[in-house]
Amino acid sequence: MAKILITNREGEQSEIEGEIGISVMENLRDNDYELEAICGGQCSCATCHIYIDESWMEKVGPRNDEENELLEELECVQPGSRLSCQIEFTEELDGLVLTIAPDE
Amino acid sequence: MTQTIIVVGAGHAGGQAVATLRQKGFDGRIIMIGDEPYVPYERPPLSKAVLAGELEVERTFLKKEAWYPEKQIDFRPNTLVTSFDRRAKTVTTSHGENLAYDKLLLATGTRVRKLQAPGAKLENIFYLRDIDDTLSIRKQMKPGANVVIVGGGYIGLEVAAVAVKLGCHVTVLEGLDRVMSRVVAPEVSEFYDKVHTDAGVIIKTGMAVTGFEGQGKVERVTCADDSSFPADLVVIGVGVIPNVELAAEGDLAVDNGIVVDEFCQTSDENIWAVGDCTNHPNALLGRRLRLESVQNAVDQAKTAANAMCGELKEYAEIPWFWSDQYDLKLQIVGLSEPGDEVVIRGNPADRKFSAIYLRHGKFVAINAINMIKDFMAAKKLIAEGKHLDPVKAADAEVALKDM
Repeated sequence: MAKILITNREGEQSEIEGEIGISVMENLRDNDYELEAICGGQCSCATCHIYIDESWMEKVGPRNDEENELLEELECVQPGSRLSCQIEFTEELDGLVLTIAPDE
Repeated sequence: MTQTIIVVGAGHAGGQAVATLRQKGFDGRIIMIGDEPYVPYERPPLSKAVLAGELEVERTFLKKEAWYPEKQIDFRPNTLVTSFDRRAKTVTTSHGENLAYDKLLLATGTRVRKLQAPGAKLENIFYLRDIDDTLSIRKQMKPGANVVIVGGGYIGLEVAAVAVKLGCHVTVLEGLDRVMSRVVAPEVSEFYDKVHTDAGVIIKTGMAVTGFEGQGKVERVTCADDSSFPADLVVIGVGVIPNVELAAEGDLAVDNGIVVDEFCQTSDENIWAVGDCTNHPNALLGRRLRLESVQNAVDQAKTAANAMCGELKEYAEIPWFWSDQYDLKLQIVGLSEPGDEVVIRGNPADRKFSAIYLRHGKFVAINAINMIKDFMAAKKLIAEGKHLDPVKAADAEVALKDM
């Protein structure tokens, strides 16, 4: 098991034991974080928006094309913006630090 | 006294409602009753990734099975609610139990419309609504099999796309004169017809299916024009019917759906209803409607759960939908109507274009095909009731958000 450090929309910090091999979105959903994720991971809706902490951006890697197009249209997009359904949680991401973006 | 909320239906709406109730701090008793063996799950991937064998069933679950006992949610699978008594405030289940509630949430959803035709009960004729349907279809979708799909809507075409990729011989029989006619403009139908045809799917429109023939198992599908099609497997997708019988028997107001207000409350102050089964008002659209949509199920479930916790937030969202076929991401915002002016942005030949619908100049809906930016911009513009110049809107070089 590997850890994820999360700041929720209220600004509260917490830590979860992430499940390897499923997406970061699924990890957040399974642990009851407020996150819409309406399309269920199909990269169709941009409702699972998170910010990756700057120190993790390189390890997590860049956005894919579809994801980038969805994110660029959001008002609260930041350099660390990602759609959490597009990131597979792996051992290498143990200790990942992220913040859940506001609902638009 | 501990309050009890009973949720009838364990689909996407029911599942979202119980999650929001606990998130909002409701600490009373929650009983969720579902007729399927599974915890609430996402239906959209069934006709796509699950059918294609690319996504395991467990990954469609909204919450893991262990979540329900952890949150003290008394989940009753394989159970139907057969009746309820509004005066006594009880529901009766198919296992003969009487359960008392303080508040009741109806999330009964829809069921598939069944074809009434000779031979419709033969083996290997399927409808696609739930996980078990999907797994049964998947098992029969062998390379080289003749697959006949009745109905050229979202479900039919998504199944066709998966089947042809798996190496099946696929024929789609659509009753009307074009595919997806209920939801998209003729230009978009024509595009999808061509995409499927190029992929090897045979699309036949204007076909009235008259029956199914075979010994035990289906072997042929027959049509009114005397044509017939060999079939090892038939998948029927000709729409759904809202499950309103329970509400109607309980004398709740029903009119193409369970009638609710902007807070998802029914004509009984202790009963709410959410999702595909509701006839609800939408201030942004200026009318009442019933929708078959995940977005609506999720947003209404939240509205009702909030209202049940005493927090009134009106439900008003511009509807949106999506459909994945091949490499095409179709995203729809708003509800178009016959008579809307249709503006095409971009070139269908590039597999990247949008159909914009204007009603007296007002931007009311979009079908965005691999045009993600248009989809995102349209969500905002349509909600704002923005007017667009049709000539400018046709220019794909200019971003929609800058109009």
